[in-house]
Amino acid sequence: MRQRRNKRKIALRNAGWLYILAPMELHTQPLVRCIVEGNTLTVLVGGSWAMGKAEPPEAQQASEALQHNAPTVLRLSASPDLAAWDTSLLAFLVRLVKQAQSKAVQVESDALPQGLRRLLALTLAVPAKAGSAKNADDASLLASLGKSIRSIPQSCYDVLDFIGALARAFARLLVGKSTMRRQDLWQAMYECGVSALPIIALTNVLFGLILAFVGAVQLMQFGAQVYVAGLVGIGMLRVMGAVMVGVVMAGRVGAAYAALIGTMQVNEEVDALATFGFSAVEFLVLPRVLALMLMVPLLTIYADLMGIIGGFLVGVTMLGLSPAEYINATISMVPYKHGLIGLAYATVFGIIIGVAGCYQGIRCGRSAAAVGLATTAAVVQSIVWIIIATAIITIICNILRI
Amino acid sequence: MSQPCISLSGLSVAYGSFVLMRDISMQVNKQDIFIIMGGSGCGKSTLLRVLMGLKEPALGTVHYGDVNFWASPPEQRQAVMRRAGVLFQSGALWSSMTLAENVGLPLQQYTSLSAQQIREQASLKLAMAGLAGFEDYYPSEISGGMRKRAGLARALALDPEIVFLDEPSAGLDPLSARLLDDLILELRDTLSTTFVIVTHELASIFAIGNNSIFLDAESRTALAHGNPRALLEAADTKPLVRRFLLRGEEK
Repeated sequence: MRQRRNKRKIALRNAGWLYILAPMELHTQPLVRCIVEGNTLTVLVGGSWAMGKAEPPEAQQASEALQHNAPTVLRLSASPDLAAWDTSLLAFLVRLVKQAQSKAVQVESDALPQGLRRLLALTLAVPAKAGSAKNADDASLLASLGKSIRSIPQSCYDVLDFIGALARAFARLLVGKSTMRRQDLWQAMYECGVSALPIIALTNVLFGLILAFVGAVQLMQFGAQVYVAGLVGIGMLRVMGAVMVGVVMAGRVGAAYAALIGTMQVNEEVDALATFGFSAVEFLVLPRVLALMLMVPLLTIYADLMGIIGGFLVGVTMLGLSPAEYINATISMVPYKHGLIGLAYATVFGIIIGVAGCYQGIRCGRSAAAVGLATTAAVVQSIVWIIIATAIITIICNILRI
Repeated sequence: MSQPCISLSGLSVAYGSFVLMRDISMQVNKQDIFIIMGGSGCGKSTLLRVLMGLKEPALGTVHYGDVNFWASPPEQRQAVMRRAGVLFQSGALWSSMTLAENVGLPLQQYTSLSAQQIREQASLKLAMAGLAGFEDYYPSEISGGMRKRAGLARALALDPEIVFLDEPSAGLDPLSARLLDDLILELRDTLSTTFVIVTHELASIFAIGNNSIFLDAESRTALAHGNPRALLEAADTKPLVRRFLLRGEEK
């Protein structure tokens, strides 16, 4: 296009430059002229209109004239110098026509070029549907606070409803009437168990290492570095192993469940289950919660072992303990009941992660953004509830003196 | 006149305080190919969701035979729905299962067929929908039109009495859409299946529909009932319905 214009320019230049300059300048910018004659406001558009070019100041004047001069007729017309135009001109005209219509000014557009007139008619053909524009939400702090407080009873009800459905599904499983597919359970157990082994090993060896270092700083001062074995052993077995597994699994598996079930919700797959009379809780949630309930404790045993290995590495290489010394100290200083308490923590964490992930997935909205929100909520809620549950179980153990 | 299969009376559907449609009454007879039509946003799919038991109406009743559907306990609703098959707009195949498993799952849960028989049934249903040989593909590995046909195969898995189809031919090429229409007519004639179809594919509407309801987004209610071809001929058809059926071209 530019090339062609350049060619034309060159051709014209050969014809004599004084002759061409004036009209070329005119055609590169959009032009508007307003003429007021009695009760008629005539708006002439001309020049060349393209998106991105600033509207001429006269465009504003036209709109003001319509506002203040109170004409009864708005006549739209094109001046002969109207060259190229695109929808930016259309937008200007539509704005004027709407303004005129709101003030009950009669609009005459017969003088516009035919294409422009047709597009204008097309744009104005379907009036905005009354009530279809959304009311802006009251976004003030108090309003949103009130809204979130008012939603608490409903969300409590939803969570309890979900847990109740899960408990009923579990009861049906116990009496052998469940429609849960066994292969779904195996699949879920494999995914959340076996595939998590490497990352659990890595995080817990490092965590055992950290525990040992932190303990050694104090214990070295009075030559009691052998107690590092007890500190790491009890710390890992009793609570830290389970918490570490819980946090890793919340990020790894809880998020995956929320995203998976949420996407199934988006694709109407959950509805498809419902129309066949399959319970989504039994089909999708129960196998996953069961898998986590079984695999998180098993992973915790593995994590405990890895943590002790981490402590062992520090004890043997940095604290001058012999391997046999460290192992013996661990065995004599760490009673097995700590391991059992750790498993109790782990079972609870498994249920929390499964319930949070699946609940967020099941109640996910029908959009990609909703899946993202569900995933975030699943991870955040899992981790928060893991910490709350840790506190509660620790207090209970304290009261029971175990 | 054959006996009514589904009848709705005085049905209103709302989302919160927003009433999507009010006072809908209609009757689907056995062996009908019943078309739910109307412009976009008029609540066709929502009406289908009410019929499928996924969305509770605000007012009014839905009767399946003698059963008052929404007033009965969930177990009974499930029993009713077990006689129905559903094809969702996007197929809604379970993405973690192969096509054969998708079709076979309802059979596995609700019949005492052996694994081999289930597989055979699944292959048969897939072949009926024109997907022979695709048993072991996952939904993500086939095209959108094929997913739709697989969804139809799954809807037919339990030889349902009623099949709900949500825009079955949208996204299909004209030939596939024609094959689908033929399949629907064939099933109606051979297995006496009743079809309730949401569509705005005019060719399909005239080719297979023998009963219909026209929903209007503006007045939020039904503007017309009856055979689509008869509606086109009838003198008392509302102009809006006629314009819809003629694609906006006045005769």
